[in-house]
Amino acid sequence: MNKVHDNRAWFLILPMLLLVAFSAIIPLMTVVNYSVQDVFDANTRFFTGTEWFEAILNDRSLQAALLRQFAFSFTILAIEVPLGIGIALLMPKRGWQASAVLILITLPLLIPWNVVGSIWQLFTRGDIGLMGVGIRELGYPYNITRNASDAWATIVLMDVWHWTPLIALLCYSGLRAIPDAYYQAARIDRATKWAVFRYIQLPKLTNVLVIGVLLRFMHSFMIYAEPFVLTGGGPGSSTTFLSQSLTTMAIAQQDLGPSAAFSLIYFLIILLVCWIFYTAIMNSQKDHTAQGGA
Amino acid sequence: MTRSVPTTPESVRQQAAESAARRRKQARSATIRWRRRTLLGLYLVFVLLPIYWLLNISFQTNSEILGSFSFWPQSFTLGNYVGIFTDANWYMGYVNSLAYVLMNMLISISVALPAAYAFSRFTFIGDKHLFFWLLTNLMAPPAVFLLPYFQLYYSVGLFDTHIAVALAHCLFNIPLAVWILEGFMSSVPKEVDETAYIDGYSFPRFFVTIFLPMIRSGIGVTLFFLFMFSWVELLLSRTLTATNAQPIASIMTRTSTASGIDWGTLAAAGVLTIVPGIVVVYFVRNHIAKGFALGRT
Repeated sequence: MNKVHDNRAWFLILPMLLLVAFSAIIPLMTVVNYSVQDVFDANTRFFTGTEWFEAILNDRSLQAALLRQFAFSFTILAIEVPLGIGIALLMPKRGWQASAVLILITLPLLIPWNVVGSIWQLFTRGDIGLMGVGIRELGYPYNITRNASDAWATIVLMDVWHWTPLIALLCYSGLRAIPDAYYQAARIDRATKWAVFRYIQLPKLTNVLVIGVLLRFMHSFMIYAEPFVLTGGGPGSSTTFLSQSLTTMAIAQQDLGPSAAFSLIYFLIILLVCWIFYTAIMNSQKDHTAQGGA
Repeated sequence: MTRSVPTTPESVRQQAAESAARRRKQARSATIRWRRRTLLGLYLVFVLLPIYWLLNISFQTNSEILGSFSFWPQSFTLGNYVGIFTDANWYMGYVNSLAYVLMNMLISISVALPAAYAFSRFTFIGDKHLFFWLLTNLMAPPAVFLLPYFQLYYSVGLFDTHIAVALAHCLFNIPLAVWILEGFMSSVPKEVDETAYIDGYSFPRFFVTIFLPMIRSGIGVTLFFLFMFSWVELLLSRTLTATNAQPIASIMTRTSTASGIDWGTLAAAGVLTIVPGIVVVYFVRNHIAKGFALGRT
């Protein structure tokens, strides 16, 4: 669409800008301020330069948490995105069945995050939980408080349960927006199901998938309440993710300087990965439209 | 449609072949339909099992929950729910949560609508940078921002009020709303705006009476997302409140005491947190199906 250049549009942005800035800029400035100082109390502080940043970047346990975090985020993206697209393709298109399925699959999204952890704790307990007892009945000694790989697999499963509906929901409404004429044209050309998916449905889903993938990446990278409630980060540190280390440092130990430096590094990593995702998807889409137009 | 009567052996054979092909095709599409239903059914079972378990436990007493494993409540009780509905400390948690979620939805949508319109219709100095900056607010790790938030809201005298949480949630809800609404608005052809101006509509009148109804499905979907993310958020709402505006998710942590966790009450409270969400989904379900992606296709 051809947009008109008009700087008066700023007036339409202004109320939003003031509100977001109030919640974003002042706290961010405080964090930047803390990250270069050693704070003892309100009046006693020393300038430390980049000391905290160096300490954080050289911390072995944080490096391990970062790797674990990336492994987790990419695992769940690799499962949730294809699964979500698949579910959206399977969902009924109209009638009461469509409404019913829509309401049922959004249920996990509507539960507060710490409650999600509690539900899964009840569900996976080896003595009273449906899943825990079920797996043990099959002969596998399932135990998320002792066995690191069980804990890891359970957290991945919990995240898939919790968030696949978001991808499915976005894709479902994206699919609904494809005009029937496209499908009719495909039928006339005797296109196979795969061709319809590859050349009609998937390109049309790109934009909702950008929202879905970016939101999922950001949220999974900041995951806190669910693993904290379910496993407390254990056994050992096998399910301790970045934001849990950060919370321990900031709240429990009150190390303001290092945790501020930590959160700035954290923020920059998310920013960088999201920017790479965003430009990569947008560029591939531009290529696609260029090909289509030629 | 009239059928030609087969006269020659070739045409008889041809028709027989055609009807056989048709039957095979029908049989195949029936198989595909059943396969689709089975797969979707399996997924729904996966989604519903943990929720069923929560429901199951919410109808049991604590001794039964911890005593034995059973697929359904052996001695059915509503005691956990009665406990929540008769204790003001408990049910006020739902009221508090709903209060700040509704405030946040109202604030977010009313400032996001004009902003999204500006992004979808105009170019102006710094527009692209501003849009990306908005998105970065979705990426701020909450843990360390908690202390600055606490200090900020405490110093302006908003600590432990509903509006404090509503404003804090604007940090991630407004950018999301602008992002989604901008897509919907870009799908409305610019000619609509131009025709309205030629017909003598003022901007506010055009925006409210013509433009908003055209993107109402987008507004429905946006409201669903605003509700969802504000309703489930825990860290900020817990930090910015003490007693008067405490959210339900934070009150639920009280079930964990020195004598162990009160699983029955926790499960019942968990079931009740899903209810307002179901109401919201019920109202926006048709909008979601109608096309979230209109503008982003």
